[in-house]
Amino acid sequence: MHISDWFSRKPKYAVLKPEKREIPEGLWTRCPKCLEILYNKELERNLKVCSKCGYHFKLGAWERIYQLVDNNDFYELDGNLESVDALPFDDGIYLEKLREDKEKTGLNEAIVTGKGKIEGFESFLGVFDFGFIGGSMASVVGEKVTRLFEYGLRESLPVVIVTATGGARMYEGMLSLMQMAKTNAALSRYRKSGGLFISVLADPSTAGVMASFASQGDVIIAEPGALIGFAGPRVIEQTIKQKLPEGFQSSEFVFQHGMVDIVVERSRLKSTIGRIIKIWKKK
Amino acid sequence: MRKLTPWEKVQLSRHPQRPLTIDYIENLFEDFVELHGDRLYGDDPALIGGIGIFKNRGVVVIGHNKGKNIKENVVRNFGMPHPEGYRKALRLMRLAERWRLPVISFIDTPGAYPGIGAEERGQAEAIGRNILEAFDIKTPILVVVIGEGGSGGALGIGVGDRILMLENSIYSVISPEGCAAIIWKDSKQAEKAASALKLTAQDLLRFNIIDEIIPEPPGGAHTDITATIRAVEESIERNLEIICSKDIETLLEERYQKVRRIGVFEEKMVPKAGVEPARSPSST
Repeated sequence: MHISDWFSRKPKYAVLKPEKREIPEGLWTRCPKCLEILYNKELERNLKVCSKCGYHFKLGAWERIYQLVDNNDFYELDGNLESVDALPFDDGIYLEKLREDKEKTGLNEAIVTGKGKIEGFESFLGVFDFGFIGGSMASVVGEKVTRLFEYGLRESLPVVIVTATGGARMYEGMLSLMQMAKTNAALSRYRKSGGLFISVLADPSTAGVMASFASQGDVIIAEPGALIGFAGPRVIEQTIKQKLPEGFQSSEFVFQHGMVDIVVERSRLKSTIGRIIKIWKKK
Repeated sequence: MRKLTPWEKVQLSRHPQRPLTIDYIENLFEDFVELHGDRLYGDDPALIGGIGIFKNRGVVVIGHNKGKNIKENVVRNFGMPHPEGYRKALRLMRLAERWRLPVISFIDTPGAYPGIGAEERGQAEAIGRNILEAFDIKTPILVVVIGEGGSGGALGIGVGDRILMLENSIYSVISPEGCAAIIWKDSKQAEKAASALKLTAQDLLRFNIIDEIIPEPPGGAHTDITATIRAVEESIERNLEIICSKDIETLLEERYQKVRRIGVFEEKMVPKAGVEPARSPSST
C-alpha cells in the first residue's frame, strides 16, 4: 500500500502499557565474554551489563525503551504497520520467517517507534530489536523511521534512534534497499528544520542501516563493545583472505577513527542523551 | 528469442565484454576532462568522474568503473569503491550544483569494497552522506544502471530524478551469491536467489523503483556495443531534457516524493481511543 496521502493525516497514537519482558529462563546467565555466572536479578538491575567485565548484553526493543524513557511512559506509534511478502520471495519463506520472529520477540517488526520523555524532554524514540530478522530494515522499518523524522519535524522535537541491525532485509529485495534513500530523504528535511537527531549505535550496527541514517546523526553515541561498520567481519575476511585483528570494527575502533562522538556505558546513556537535548533546547 | 531468466541477466550484467562507464564517457561526451581525488585522502580509480559536453550541454559525469581485463581490474578494484570514491562523487555533485550543470551517474559495481581501509575511513559514513546530501543537490541528477547495481555501493551514487536501466542490467539489495549463502547456506543456490530477489529491470519498473528500461540488442549489450551506446544516448538525451526543464524546487520535491512512496506494507486499523489496548507489546 502506498501512503501518498499520509501528509494530510494525523499520526495515530496507540497507548500501550506492555509488561516488561520476562527474565530469561532460570536464575543465572553466563557472561559470553568473561564467562562469569551472573544472577539474573542482579543483571537486570545492572541494565544487563556484566558486573565483572562490563560486557553489554543485547537488549530487546522494549527493554531498551524502559531504560530510556521516564516513568515507563511510552506511546507507541505506527505499531499497526505490518510487513507483507511483496516480491514475493521464493514460496513464502519470508512469511514463515516473519511468523517465527513475531512469536520469538513478541514484536511485529524489527523496530518499535513512539513518543516519550527522556530526562523530562519530550522526544521521538525508535529502537531496533536485533532478535527480529537481525534487526533488518525493509518497508515497515523504513516507513516507521521516515515517519519518526516527519513527526520530529512537525513537532520540533528531538529524534533518538537506537540501532541493532544487520542492514537491509533481503526478503524485500530492492524495496529494502530503497528504504535507505527514503529514511535519508526524511532526515534531510528534518535536519534542515534544525532538528536534533541522536543516533545510538548498539551491538551490532552495520550495513544498510549504517550506510544510511545511523551514520548521519548530529550526535553519534556508541555502546561499548558494539560491532560497528559497513561490511560484516566475515565478508571482509573472505574478501581479503586474512583474519581481522582483535577489536576491528568495535565501538572503540570506530571512535579512534573518528566515526562516533562518544562511547557511553549503558548506565550513563539516558543522562547523556538528556544533557544533549537540554543544550539543543537552550536557544 | 526466448525470455532470459534472472540468473542469465545476472551473467549478462557481469559479462566481461559489456560496455563500461569509460566506454560511455568516450563515446557520448566531448572534451571530457577527468577530475580526480576527494581532497581528503586519495583518488579512487573504481569510481571515476569529470566534466564534459553532452549534446551541447555542459555536464558532470560520475560512475563506477570496472576494468576490461584482470590487469585493469586490479587497478580498478573490480569497480568496488572505497570511501574516497563516494567522497569524490559528492564533491563533483556539489561542483555541478555550483556551476548549474546536470549530473549523469553511471552505476556498475558489485558493491562498495569490504576491506580494512574502507572500514577505517568510514565506508558506511561516506555512502550514507551521499544518499543524504543527494536530496539537497540543487541540480538535475540522471542515473543510468548500465551493468551491476550492487546494493549500497550502487545507491551511494544512485539517488536522482530519473533512474534508467539497461534491459539486462541488475540492481539488488545483495548479490545472489551472498543471499544464497545466508538463506540456504549454499552459494550454489544463487540462481534461485536471483529469481527470489526480483533484481531485473523489468521487476524494478513494476515496483516504481526505476523510470525507464533502455533496450539492449538481442544477445545482450556486448553483442553490439555501438547500438547499446546509441540507445543509452537517446534515452539520456530525452530524459535530461525533461528534468532540465523543471524548476529546481519542483525537481527536489519530486526527487523526495519518488522515494517517499517506495515500500509495500499493510496498515491495520487502530482501536479507537478508550478501547482497551491489545496486550502484546506492539500489535494493535
